Amino acid sequence: MNGGFSLYYFYYLLEGMGWTVVLSALAFVVGGAAGFIVMLARISRSAALRRLVFVYVQIVQGTPLLIILFVVYFGLGIFGVEMPPLFAAGLSLMIYCSAFLGEIWRGCVEAVPRTQTEAAECLALTRWQTLRDVVLPQAARIATPPTVGFLVQVLKSTSLASVVGFVELTRAAQVINNSTFQPFLIFGIAGLLYFALCYPLSIWSRALERRLNVSRRQA
Amino acid sequence: MSVVVKLEDVHKSFGLVEVLRGVSFEVSAGEVVAIIGRSGSGKSTALRCINRLEKIQSGSIEVCGRRVEAPDLDLRALRQDVGIVFQSYNLFPHLTVEENIVLAPRRVKNVKGAEAHALARTALEQVGLSDKIDAYPEQLSGGQQQRVAIARSLAMSPKVMLFDEVTSALDPELTGEVLRVMEKLAKGGMTMIMVTHEMGFARRAADRVIYMHTGKVWETGTGAMLGSPQTPELKNFLANEL
Ligand SMILES: Nc1ncnc2c1ncn2[C@@H]1O[C@H](COP(=O)(O)OP(=O)(O)OP(=O)(O)O)[C@@H](O)[C@H]1O
Ligand SMILES: [Mg+2]
Repeated sequence: MNGGFSLYYFYYLLEGMGWTVVLSALAFVVGGAAGFIVMLARISRSAALRRLVFVYVQIVQGTPLLIILFVVYFGLGIFGVEMPPLFAAGLSLMIYCSAFLGEIWRGCVEAVPRTQTEAAECLALTRWQTLRDVVLPQAARIATPPTVGFLVQVLKSTSLASVVGFVELTRAAQVINNSTFQPFLIFGIAGLLYFALCYPLSIWSRALERRLNVSRRQA
Repeated sequence: MSVVVKLEDVHKSFGLVEVLRGVSFEVSAGEVVAIIGRSGSGKSTALRCINRLEKIQSGSIEVCGRRVEAPDLDLRALRQDVGIVFQSYNLFPHLTVEENIVLAPRRVKNVKGAEAHALARTALEQVGLSDKIDAYPEQLSGGQQQRVAIARSLAMSPKVMLFDEVTSALDPELTGEVLRVMEKLAKGGMTMIMVTHEMGFARRAADRVIYMHTGKVWETGTGAMLGSPQTPELKNFLANEL
């Protein structure tokens, strides 16, 4: 094992990078679904539900992701819940995503002018039809750039999963460094690999934003 | 003639400000009523109370035999009977003209496929925009957008149409096309209540004119009333409008 950096190590990093993508996708898809429910609850007509979910969002947003991760991984472990690292990291990130995406999307829904809702309701559409056919399609256009932007954050945040021993990109780099002692090289490569994942997303987000601004100007 | 809309001693406040202070009037089937008055006199609020976009504090409003202020009102049934067109068009920007028009008939009345398409065509013919069926709102002029908004309302076959200063956001050269559509509707027998700043139009198209002042119906009469105002307030208002 000892000796310089080799192709074998590079494959090991790539494998870690694969798990980073898997973890991000998992957190994003499941967290996105939960975030959608958070958004619906935040705009619900029931004040009690709105307040309850507001408290949830505040707690999650006010807690470092690492703490959420520890609570899920070690905390639930005490109750005898078997927690594979992938599952613990996925669940923590999902909770994190649900709160942030819920709030981002609520903002986008509320950015659709009230007059649109009014016009739809004046045409005898129900509240749900109004949301689905009139508000959400417009909110989705507004939401795309910040959502992609948030995806970049999530991708980088998956590195925290390394502390519970989940071998994603960061953990893989640590493991290699422990035997090769070339931190600049190895973490440098890991950084580049993160960059290779995030940069296209950033570009995409900016392109979406530009397109949105153009269509705004025409409207 | 049957009464379609009837307001009786309607009071409406926003917080401490009383905006409608005992408004009463009736509109019969086929009648065209113009509401005029200074900014802030409560014209829009009166219209918005008729289809319960706003709730009233006291008095009663009856639309097509329904009590609008009743707690058990079937709001969606009311909204099917009452069409409303706003100053700012409020078309759905992500939908084409046709989709804008057929959305409500599809969802509310379960109109489908070819029938929905025919409905859109008919409504667009009424406003003279058949060639714009596939356009998006942002590709249309203000006047055209407003005519689509009228078509969208018409497609639900309302029993009464409310218009709130529908030409106020338009350039002068575009108001004509919208007013012509409204006059055609009026001639076709549609029951209409329209808030307007176009005095010439009110005089020409309306069977009756209601002048509102400080939240009350101050003066009412035929279009000729605009030529011989009885109250100093209306006289003053007309002098400033011209
Ligand atoms: N949602 C609201 N909340 C508080 N005050 C309101 C609200 N809507 C209207 N008002 C107030 O009620 C009064 C009457 O408003 P309304 O819009 O009915 O007047 P209007 O006659 O339509 O005037 P304009 O010609 O400018 O459209 C105004 O003083 C306005 O500020
Ligand atoms: Mg008004």
